[in-house]
Amino acid sequence: MNAMISLAFLNGVDPWIFTFSLVTVVVTVWMGFRSAKTSKTASDFFVAGRSVSVGWNASAISGEYLSAASFMGVAGMVMAVGYDALWYPVCYACGYLFLLLFIAGPLRRFGAYTIPDFAEGRYDSPLFRKIAVCFVLFIGFFYTMPQMKGAGTTLAYIFPGMPYWGGVVLVGAVITLNVALGGMKGITLVQAVQYWIKMFAISVPVFVLMSVYGFYGAHLGANDGRMEKLAPQATAITQTVERHPLVEKAPADTPWISPFGPLTTKAAKAAGLSPEEARPYSLVYTYSLIIALVCGTAGLPHILVRFYTNPDGVAAKKTTMWVMILIGIFYVFPPVLGVLGRNLLPELYAATGSKGTDKVVLELPRVIGGLWGSILSGITCAGAFAAFMSTFSGLLVSMTGAMAHDVYGRILKPNATEAERMRVFKLSAVLIGGVAILLGTQVEKLQINFMVGQAFAIAASSYFPLLFMSVWWRGMTMAGAASGMLGGGLPALACMTVVNLSDMGNLDLKSFWVAHPLLRILAEQPAIWAVPLAIGLMIVVSKLTVARVPADIRMKMLVLHAPEKLGLKQEYIQEHQAGMGH
Amino acid sequence: MPPPKPHDDRVHSEEFLHTLMRRQLKLSITCAAAFLVGLIGLPLLNYYAPVLMATRVGGFTLSWLLLGVLCFPLVWTISWIFIRRSIELEDEEVRQVNAEKETR
Repeated sequence: MNAMISLAFLNGVDPWIFTFSLVTVVVTVWMGFRSAKTSKTASDFFVAGRSVSVGWNASAISGEYLSAASFMGVAGMVMAVGYDALWYPVCYACGYLFLLLFIAGPLRRFGAYTIPDFAEGRYDSPLFRKIAVCFVLFIGFFYTMPQMKGAGTTLAYIFPGMPYWGGVVLVGAVITLNVALGGMKGITLVQAVQYWIKMFAISVPVFVLMSVYGFYGAHLGANDGRMEKLAPQATAITQTVERHPLVEKAPADTPWISPFGPLTTKAAKAAGLSPEEARPYSLVYTYSLIIALVCGTAGLPHILVRFYTNPDGVAAKKTTMWVMILIGIFYVFPPVLGVLGRNLLPELYAATGSKGTDKVVLELPRVIGGLWGSILSGITCAGAFAAFMSTFSGLLVSMTGAMAHDVYGRILKPNATEAERMRVFKLSAVLIGGVAILLGTQVEKLQINFMVGQAFAIAASSYFPLLFMSVWWRGMTMAGAASGMLGGGLPALACMTVVNLSDMGNLDLKSFWVAHPLLRILAEQPAIWAVPLAIGLMIVVSKLTVARVPADIRMKMLVLHAPEKLGLKQEYIQEHQAGMGH
Repeated sequence: MPPPKPHDDRVHSEEFLHTLMRRQLKLSITCAAAFLVGLIGLPLLNYYAPVLMATRVGGFTLSWLLLGVLCFPLVWTISWIFIRRSIELEDEEVRQVNAEKETR
């Protein structure tokens, strides 16, 4: 019976694609376990990281940053909505620059490994740590949903007979088990290898496809609206690249290639506004999206940690330069696949969910046909596995750490034994993994990239104001920081939950959105009001509670901003411990 | 909690912290402004000069070329300048502090 079920699954499976994907999974799990044996504790992990060279470290940071959204989602979204989706890859890269300019250096000097660590250290408040840690879970769950969608989509592609939820459950269970058993800590080597797998898997198919079917520019050039206006024989003369006819559901050329296209005008169009009237709405949408992505990068729970795996500040800065280059080069490729997908694989427009445009990266190489098509498609599948496995395990480790260390170890049972803590870590991993899988099975209809954008928006309206203001304004108090973070982050979270529920059909708000297109845009992309609201609340509440600015604020600010070579951090720790009576 | 022992050297003075933060913030804001001009300006160009931005350059529309390809070299240039300048800035601060320690 079992054999029959597995045989049914294997029906129609391409052996090359299957082999490449399986090898990636096995190698990742094996490398994780092998490295986990040599580094047992969190401090081991950081110390071990310090012996790593700039090149490996930069690859590891980039590997952690490029998730299923970058690998599959960007191409899928560019294919689906065109120009408007280009803001995503560009702002993912710009967001990293923003992090480098304002936050990375000071946080590194302060020696806070995670955002909750920083929240506690900056305000000497274990209470604030507990408040801050909630957002690790909020942002984490929003970020795991698209990774799960990536997993479900990829498995549904490899095994044509498998339902979407089957892939989510299978991949989610493997990674959760792996994390619970102690493999897959954020090991530098594994992450670095994952980056190069992803880079190889996205660039090679692009080069091969372009050499067969024509250059990036030629494919964009074919999207000039001629197909809609002229008869087929007329286009054949001027057409430089082969182009399959678009299906009915595909957006027309002109809105697709122009700014303010299907993505940003959706709400206004649904409200029946004319294209001219819709343009200001699109502008608001675009700016809100930019703010969310650029500011949100700084607030992602799993990104900052890696800045500490450098031996000193200069190496950290050199590493960051390489990260900018590595992720920048990567982000040029996914939009190319989206553009090629529109011309070569327009059938995907007709399908929805896991069979829709989000799988263009996986399926597009197959248009070459034959053995090479299968091999290239196998390579992109391997890259997709590398993408969602690395990000999902990174997030699961962060979230489980927050749950086991902060919620259990500090709030529920502060004097738990080591064995109890270990057991709770495993239990939390299974619990959080289970919730993430459950959420993942529900989001088949939502685009991968759209969901990651939401996680960025929550990070932008909660952690980003917290970090930015705490680093650069000495007048911040704990009350101000907490009210700003909650006052900006929770409404943003609520708005996006409502939008998702209504898009998935669980909540009937269609007529409301039609009547209020601006509200729909502000709920879908809340960063434009949530970030200023959070910063405003921080300033006002801090001014009201000015007496509660930490007493040693000047020393804290010195540690945050003075060059590490002056050795102020050591002095601060000594004084702090003497003062606190530890 | 006993009061921390007072420091009277330059590193711990209000003035030092003030200059330090101001110089760093100035560098960061200058670099951020350079890329924000592009990032905020591009939607405005798309909004007010749609015909210009739809000009074809080797198949790309001008807007697509700027956003999808040329944006990345800009980001690299800015981060390279920032990193070089901030390392210089730190070295200079350390030199100053050490020089003052010796003269005291």
